[in-house]
Amino acid sequence: MIAKHHNLIVSLACRVMAPFIFLFGIYIVLFGHYSPGGGFQGGTILAADVILMRLCLGRQATYKKFPPQMGLVLGAIGVLIYGGTGLVAMLAGGNFLDYSYLPIPGMSPVDRRYYGILFVEIGVALGVFGVLLSIFDSLTKEK
Amino acid sequence: MKWLGIIFICLFAAFLIYAETDMPSYGDPSSPGSTHVSPEYIERSYEDTHTPNMVTAVLADYRGYDTFGETTVIFTAGLICYLLLGGWKRDDS
Amino acid sequence: MIEILLNEYPFYLGTILLAIGLWGMFAKRNLMKKLIGMTIFQVAIILMFVASSAKFGGTVPAFDPGIGTDPALYVNPLPHVLMLTAIVVMVATTGVALAILLLIYRRYHTIDETEIMKRMQE
Repeated sequence: MIAKHHNLIVSLACRVMAPFIFLFGIYIVLFGHYSPGGGFQGGTILAADVILMRLCLGRQATYKKFPPQMGLVLGAIGVLIYGGTGLVAMLAGGNFLDYSYLPIPGMSPVDRRYYGILFVEIGVALGVFGVLLSIFDSLTKEK
Repeated sequence: MKWLGIIFICLFAAFLIYAETDMPSYGDPSSPGSTHVSPEYIERSYEDTHTPNMVTAVLADYRGYDTFGETTVIFTAGLICYLLLGGWKRDDS
Repeated sequence: MIEILLNEYPFYLGTILLAIGLWGMFAKRNLMKKLIGMTIFQVAIILMFVASSAKFGGTVPAFDPGIGTDPALYVNPLPHVLMLTAIVVMVATTGVALAILLLIYRRYHTIDETEIMKRMQE
């Protein structure tokens, strides 16, 4: 089903667009503080980019760069980053997920909350990217 | 048999529209959804977190616990799809 | 009567979408069409919640130093946050439902509901 007949126009268009879509996804994750965006939106765009490459370029090429075993591992790493930030805040004296107690040197508690939100959004983006990619790979796996 | 379904759907929509005449009107600044905890979030989100985007500040800081549960939900859904449909071998081509 | 219609028109349009989604869920025999009906139902709920957060004279809920912190000038951000969670839950349930549909097709080689009930008796 995936890329059964090799088509030159589709393959070339995908190769031109795919790096820019990936960069746009990372931009939306990191600029979630200033414009609409954040972890969920950026993670979905990153997953859509890899799914575009799987549809247009076939299995042989993309299973080397983004192996199907990577999806669930990335999802677990994302959830671990989120829970780990909360646990570090709890071990340093505050409540769970209280970012003003994170042990970052040389910052006021208000700026520590800024960076706490940034870590958490990166964790969410990795989690959503890995899981959406893994769902697509499970559904289109060949017997 | 199909008309029974359409009649049921029309009754359902009619009951819901009759119940919605009591809802606060669209765009009202004094509706109950905008008056209890939401003005505090709007007033204090920039001085508490230095984040201009209020939606991200509420999602990741004031309601961070809900977002943690939600990442667990999406990870569980991915795990269910993997367990139902089978895994991959080391060198799947 | 007319002012009730003009005051609450987003909720009425959302109710029409709810009715369409509910009809698709129980009146269609194809399992894939039932799944599409469920997606329409969830999207209608999300639209109604986000419509309840509007304010006349309000702007995007991002802090602007030129406007200040007056709560009457910003749109209520709380339903937006809750609906981000709802969208992710919608994606999760659609993914699991598609996986179950794939397994049903591999077992019974059909997706029609009455055909599946017939083949389950044999």
